[in-house]
This record gives sequence, C-alpha cells and structure tokens, in this order.
Amino acid sequence: MYRLRRHRPDQRARSKQERNPLLGLLTDTREVYKSRELLHNLTLRELRGKYKGTALGWAWSLINPLATTAIFTIVFSTVMRVNPPVGVNGLHNYSLFLLCGLLTWNFMAGAFQTGMGSLVANGNLIKKTYFPRRLLVISNVAAAFVSYAIEMLVLIVIFLAFRVNVLPYVPVIFLVMVLLGVFALALALMLSVVNVYFRDIAHFVTLFMQLWFYATPIIYPITLIEDVRGSGSWADKLHLVDIYQLNPMVGFVESIRDMMYAGHLPDWKPIAYCLVVTVILLWIGNRVFGRMEKRLAEEL
Amino acid sequence: MNNPVITVDNVAKRFRIYHERNQSIKVALMRGRRAKFDEFWALQDIDLEIPEGKTFGLVGHNGSGKSTLLKCLAKILVPDRGDIAVRGKVSALLELGAGFHPELSGRDNVYLNGSILGLTKAEIDRKFDDIVDFAGLSAFIDTPVKNYSSGMYVRLGFSVAINVDPDILMVDEVLAVGDEEFQRRSMEKFKEFKDDGRTIVVVSHALGTMRDLCDEVAWLDHGRLQSVGKPGEVVDDYIETSHTDRDEEAAKEGRLRHGSGEIRLEDVELLVDGVPTTTVHTGDDVTFRLRYEASSDVDDAVFGLAIATLSGQNVTGPNTKDGGLRIDVRRGAGQVDLRVPRIMLLAGTYDVTVASTDSTLTHTFDHQKNLFRFDVLAGQPTDRFGIVSLGGTWQSNGVQHG
Repeated sequence: MYRLRRHRPDQRARSKQERNPLLGLLTDTREVYKSRELLHNLTLRELRGKYKGTALGWAWSLINPLATTAIFTIVFSTVMRVNPPVGVNGLHNYSLFLLCGLLTWNFMAGAFQTGMGSLVANGNLIKKTYFPRRLLVISNVAAAFVSYAIEMLVLIVIFLAFRVNVLPYVPVIFLVMVLLGVFALALALMLSVVNVYFRDIAHFVTLFMQLWFYATPIIYPITLIEDVRGSGSWADKLHLVDIYQLNPMVGFVESIRDMMYAGHLPDWKPIAYCLVVTVILLWIGNRVFGRMEKRLAEEL
Repeated sequence: MNNPVITVDNVAKRFRIYHERNQSIKVALMRGRRAKFDEFWALQDIDLEIPEGKTFGLVGHNGSGKSTLLKCLAKILVPDRGDIAVRGKVSALLELGAGFHPELSGRDNVYLNGSILGLTKAEIDRKFDDIVDFAGLSAFIDTPVKNYSSGMYVRLGFSVAINVDPDILMVDEVLAVGDEEFQRRSMEKFKEFKDDGRTIVVVSHALGTMRDLCDEVAWLDHGRLQSVGKPGEVVDDYIETSHTDRDEEAAKEGRLRHGSGEIRLEDVELLVDGVPTTTVHTGDDVTFRLRYEASSDVDDAVFGLAIATLSGQNVTGPNTKDGGLRIDVRRGAGQVDLRVPRIMLLAGTYDVTVASTDSTLTHTFDHQKNLFRFDVLAGQPTDRFGIVSLGGTWQSNGVQHG
C-alpha cells in the first residue's frame, strides 16, 4: 500500500517563497488575481446584500453622509462657529469643506471595520469551503470602495454646481482614493484574523476609531492644529502637533480636500508618507494574515 | 494504484480544546499568554494513497478523525505535520448551500456558490440551465433563497456542487439529506461520476452504502489509520470492533435494557442449517433463536424481535402474538424460534432488538436494544437497491431470452 514518494517540486517551491517575505506578497497577490471572478461575486454579494430589503435601497448610501453633514454643519458651523478656510474661487462653505473629509473618513472606517469583521461574519463559509480567505476581507473593502466612488461622484457634481471645476484633478483624486483603499485593506487584513482569536478587538477598534476621527482634520481645518504649535499650551509642550502629523489619515484627508475644496494639487510629501505607511502596513498585514489564517476553520 | 490522485504523507492534525474559551485580551494579558488549552491529536501518522478513478470511503466512530481528514484533503484545515498532495480539481460537499446569501435570488447564489467552488462565469453560464433543472427550481430561481424551503435550499446547493465537474469529489454524509427522491437522484449522480472514471472520497456512517459504493475503504480509529483495503473486509472488521465497543458502552450506561425481569432474554442466535452464524445470504433459510430464563411462571407471554439497519431504520418487528402462537412460560430456561424460510433482506448489516412482554404488549419483562448484529451478503434474489427484496419474478410479452 505505501511506497516511497518522489519529491514534489511544487511544495518545495512553496516553502522557498515562505522564506522570502517580499515574494510572499507577490504570490498572494497572484493568488487573489487568479480568483478575481470569485472576488467579483463576493463583492457583488456585499453590495447587493447591503441594502436589500430596504425601501430606499442604494439611496441610503447617500442619505447617511448627507444627514451627518447637515447635523455637523448645524453643530460645528452654526452653533460652535468653526470657520472653514477660504477655498478656490473664494469658496467658503462648511458643508463642502466637511464632505471632502467626511466621505473619505467614512470610507476608510467602514472598509476597515467591515473588512475586519468579515472572517467572523463568514465563519460558515470558511468552515465548509476552501478558497483564498483574503478574498473575504478584500471583497468587503472593495464593496465599500464602490460606495465611496459613487459618493465622490455625487460630491464632484455638487462641487461643479458650486462652479468649482474639480474635473482636472479627478485622476489624482482617484489615485489617492485607491491608495486609501489599500491602506484600509492593510489594517483590515491585519486585524481580521486577530479578531477571530480575540473578539474584543472589534470593540476596542470602535473606541479607537472615535479618537482617530477627532485626531483627523475632518470637522475642523488643520490650520487650527498648526496654531497650537508655539502657543505654549500643554499640548504644545507635549509635542502633540508632531504626533498628530504622524497620522496618515491627515495626509489622505488633506490631499483630497486640497484638490476639491482648495483647488490645487496636494504637497507630495504627505502623499509619499501615506504611500510608505500603506506599503509597510500591507506587508505586515498580509504576513499576519498568512501566519494566522491556517487555523481559521477550527477557531471560528 | 500506480496513479494516486491524492497522496497523504505522514499527516497529523492537532486541535486545541479550550477550558475556558476567553476571547478577551484582558485575560490573555493577565495570563501572559492566550487562554489555556489542551492539545488533542485528531489525526496522527496518516499515510494514504487514493488511486485515480476509485471511490474511496472513510469509516470510523464519531470523533475518529474521518471528517477532519476529509477537511484536510479539501484544504479547509491545514495539517500540523506532513504533506497532502492533491492532483486535480476538487469539489467538496461538506455542507450543501454553504455560502448562500439569504437575501439574494437563487440565480445570484448559483453564480456566487459556483465561483466559490471554482467555476468561471462562462462555465456557470453554460451549466446554469442544467443546475436549475437538476434542482427542479426553474420557477423559483429569481426568488430570494430565504424564501426557499430547506429541501429546495439543499437541492440547489447539491446541484451546484455536483455540476462543478470536479476531478475529485469529496462528500461528507450529505447523502443522508433530502427526501427519498433527492437521495435517489444523488446516488444516480454518484454512480455517473464513478462511471466517468472520477475519484470520489466519501465519509459516511451508512455502512451498507459504503460497501456498495466504494472500491476501497480506510478505517480510522482515534485519529489513526486502522486498516485500508477492500470495503467488505474493512467494514466487517470495523463493525466487529464497534459492536463489542458498543456493547460495553451500553452495559455501562444500562440504557439499552429495561423491563421488570420475570422473563429475562439471555441471547439471540441466528442459525443456518442448525449452525449458529453471524453472516447469511439473501434467500437463506434461517432461524432466529431467543433463549430466555424465567424467574416465575407466566401465562400467555409474548416474544418478539425487531430488525433494523445500522442507521436505525426498522425493517420488521414480528412477535409471537401476531404470529398466532400462545406460550405459557414455566419457570426456568427455554427458547423460542422464529423460522424464516427465505430471508429477503438485502446485503447490509442489521441489528436485532428483542423483547418479552405480557399478552397485552404493554408490560415489558425484558427489552434489549441491538442485542445481536448480523450481516447479510448478496445471494438469491440478486436485487441490489434498498433493504429488502420482494422476491418477484419478471415477465414480458416481448421476445424473451434465457
């Protein structure tokens, strides 16, 4: 019954790739690319399932940010008198200022958090079928990206209605959006597997997202933060402004806002910083995922 | 045998059993590490070669590791040691309709499920009508699957999985779901698969089916490979061992025997030509002999036995009262025979439950579940499907040969 078996070249090749971490990311990407039809279907499932059974359906994905914008505009602009900066062509509108940051933030937060929960949510699928597990996380981020893209299209139309021609910047805006998507994916990959082992990561993240939201210039202009520098306050002494600048979301939000609200191309430095952070996080996230995904079917 | 499609090389799989399942960071940090767990080897030292085009069965008790092994073959679980090499496209039927999204229509779910099982969109397009027809759901294909009955759900899941056109099909007990009609059709589909020369790996408790369907069977016990070989031999070995195990377990639990004890049934024998045996052939002249020990005189006592398949399906349950025999039992030992001139059971393994009661059948003196187990091998009549033969003869007004 048993016999000596020759070496199987494919398995040797695999262990070699495991030794080379950079190649690992490439192999994983290729595996995902091979399963792109499944990715497409899983993304469609997320998109179709999301608003299925609701009367307003897809309109919800627009109503939500618009309602938030209305509330925030009343609270921060009318009541608390946050003064938005003057944008291109003398544009001075808190709601538009807010929307650039809010949509961008909402996408990152939504993609990250649904992506992070995707393994737990699809436990049955993981326990009963085999396919590259990454696809679950990626499809959630991709579905969020589709909503984000639609929302941004609507925002572009709104800007056009305010006679701000953002069209020349659309390609760059899109690139920044994609980079942000990869950033959210990196975080989601990293924490989705951890979340399977420690379920309270999800609660911790919810808390952390609140802090992160206020540590990103969404509802207030970044100039307010820069004003703290040299002001001699306790926050200045603790170098909070420098720490603030480490937040990659500052670069993402400010870049989008520069192109839409301020009407000029963003500084390359924050974008380069975002790119570097994203690549490093993606590498770490993918590695963490690769190491921990093996036991998924039994831990879920 | 020269051409294994699946090679399992020294595979071991370890599970963690958590004492307190605390998925919380706080506790983990306080303990310094993760929750405490015991390790338990679900599989150890598994070496197997599954040849191309054969139907390969895995048998064993619950918890013997057979499903774990199947999941390892299907790449759902990753072994802790050893290698598994699988050549060809795999479709695993571990749960039908896993991954259906309740809000989506049957159509959308066919595409989703198909792509999970590795089909491209073009392939699903091509097979779509076959899938829907086989499931018999043409009228409901655009209804959300949440409105499907569980039968429809399973049928659609099966239909997608079976139409994946895999080189290797892995099946875990799914033959046991659905109604009779569905089971019949899935069996047909499996036979078709076999005839196409594809490889099937099947896990099942339905030992009769395993005997019938498989070319080779592996028996797993407590995570180790006990034996591999011809289905008849391996299944018999397995049944023999599990029988003694079961008796011991039953005796321990004392659940399988009850009654007031005036007439105690001592044992059951199966006789062919007056010789006790545990193996008979369809059509044999057999006698079931019940031996009893009565502690007092009982007038008009009733003895009965029930024959059931291993899956618990009752075949028949004759008793002396229905058979028109009045027995006045006197104190001491005695015996009752049931003679069956032609036993019409088809090949398989059967359990015998025995009982003695009063004439009303309501007061039980002794009742012993599955006291005796016997095997039926193919004989005359040569019918093949199901549990019993009707013993009929075929005639036709067409041209007859032989």
